[in-house]
Amino acid sequence: MRDFISEKARIIPHSGIRKFFDLCMGMQDVISLGVGEPDFSTPWNICEASIYSIEQGVTSYTSNRGYPPLRQALAADLARRYNVSYSPESEIIVTTGVSEAADIAIRAVVDPGDEVIVQDPAYVSYAPCITLTGGKPVPLPCREKDHFKVTPDALEEQITGKTKAVLLNFPSNPTGGVMTRDDYRAIADILVDHDLLLISDEVYSELTYEGTHCSPASLPELRDRTITLNGFSKAYAMTGWRIGYLCAPPEISDAALKIHQYVMLCAPVMGQIAAYAALRQGEQDKNEMVREYRLRRNLFVEGLNRIGLRCHMPQGAFYAFPSVEVTGLTDEEFAERLLKEQKVAVVPGSAFGESGRGHIRCSYATSRENLSTAVERMGTFVSDLI
Amino acid sequence: MDGKDLLILHLLEENSRIPIEELATMVELPVKEAERRIRALEEARIIRKYAAVIDWEKAGNEEVTSIIALKVSPERDFGYDRIAERIARFREVKAVRLVSGRYDLILLVRGRTMQDVARFVSEHIATMDQIRETTTQFAMKTYKENGIPYDEREASERLPYSF
Repeated sequence: MRDFISEKARIIPHSGIRKFFDLCMGMQDVISLGVGEPDFSTPWNICEASIYSIEQGVTSYTSNRGYPPLRQALAADLARRYNVSYSPESEIIVTTGVSEAADIAIRAVVDPGDEVIVQDPAYVSYAPCITLTGGKPVPLPCREKDHFKVTPDALEEQITGKTKAVLLNFPSNPTGGVMTRDDYRAIADILVDHDLLLISDEVYSELTYEGTHCSPASLPELRDRTITLNGFSKAYAMTGWRIGYLCAPPEISDAALKIHQYVMLCAPVMGQIAAYAALRQGEQDKNEMVREYRLRRNLFVEGLNRIGLRCHMPQGAFYAFPSVEVTGLTDEEFAERLLKEQKVAVVPGSAFGESGRGHIRCSYATSRENLSTAVERMGTFVSDLI
Repeated sequence: MDGKDLLILHLLEENSRIPIEELATMVELPVKEAERRIRALEEARIIRKYAAVIDWEKAGNEEVTSIIALKVSPERDFGYDRIAERIARFREVKAVRLVSGRYDLILLVRGRTMQDVARFVSEHIATMDQIRETTTQFAMKTYKENGIPYDEREASERLPYSF
């Protein structure tokens, strides 16, 4: 029989955590800091709105762009929160999670041979999505010494004649780094001078602990060369509902809509109804969750530094990204031995790209009790090494 | 009172036995300053006391809880205050609130048995001059108290790893 696997499917790598998954299975009493989702259940008023609509028989397709009241509410919310204005009729598409939004954004703009600069370390799906279109992902190192931000120099260094777009994700998974308005201003000229598109995944935007989130599309010079991606998963503890959205100028939005139409048709209506409820009634629950993440961050990062793992104070998302260099272990060895010896699951930083090497990603989206126990166990583990 | 004070109050309400170092770290204050603020909140009687939330049903305590609504004739010069304060003195009365709507005062009364509570109401409350009407409702089961649900639902299983 022939080998039926396509060239592209062959070259995209397996996820870097599969090995850990296997190790973890069957182990008892593991504290997992390896999870990229909130530990809260979706607030009940959001669930209830969706349950009620199912009872009313609202179970069909929605318009391709998404349930119109949701798009209108989104446009109002984005304007109020981030000072960006998008038309609900021609610029916003509701997608099946931000994962789909990132995929169709990339497919709408990347041709074979195009280079896309991607922040490194970063969420794992961007580079494979670029590869699948025939484009080339080019890593853009974000260093701890720069608070894991994108600096103008580092950006300029990666630009070639083939560069078409830059893909950023702030607040960052896995580093917790953020970009302020001034940070974006510092790179805006470069994007304009080289005529580049910015794809900005802001799914952690509401989990910003210091100051307010800056959406780069709120900078006038970037407005029409930015695709803004965001979603409900992290802010409203709605990962399983699979609702994200893409905002872009009409031409790009139209191109992405064609792809969305053919591959997804529309996002699930139950999720869209829930998302609409989240915008209308979810604010207080969200604020309470954000407050809790911040308390946990303070507790956990202090603990990491106390046991000798140097950790940058994350300004957003719910990840701490400490360095493990002091232990003399690689990040992979550290993660594997920590799991086996102390039953704490973390993700090696190199799973998120070369620049993540020497760090581990610890999610603090787990209870304070779990975090305290995890710090204790990590302390025991580390004290034998340093 | 500022945001940090509010945060301290929330944390203490949730767990009044939280170690001070932990609390200080979480609210981003030095330990001394956190201690000083808690003392000030105690002295201002904003923190009234530190107590445990107890599931008495589980503890096997057969005590009954009742919610008693009262229609009250307010007194000249005092309104509802004097009668409410008088009612509040009884050991059996755990809470007293002045409310809007059909009734004026709502009491939470605990007693050993239903008979005890009924007797208490008919002998001590209903007989007061200003009380025009009483209605007594016995609690059958507690589902949530002080924001804490009593059912122990298993949290749904999350993946140990995800990006």
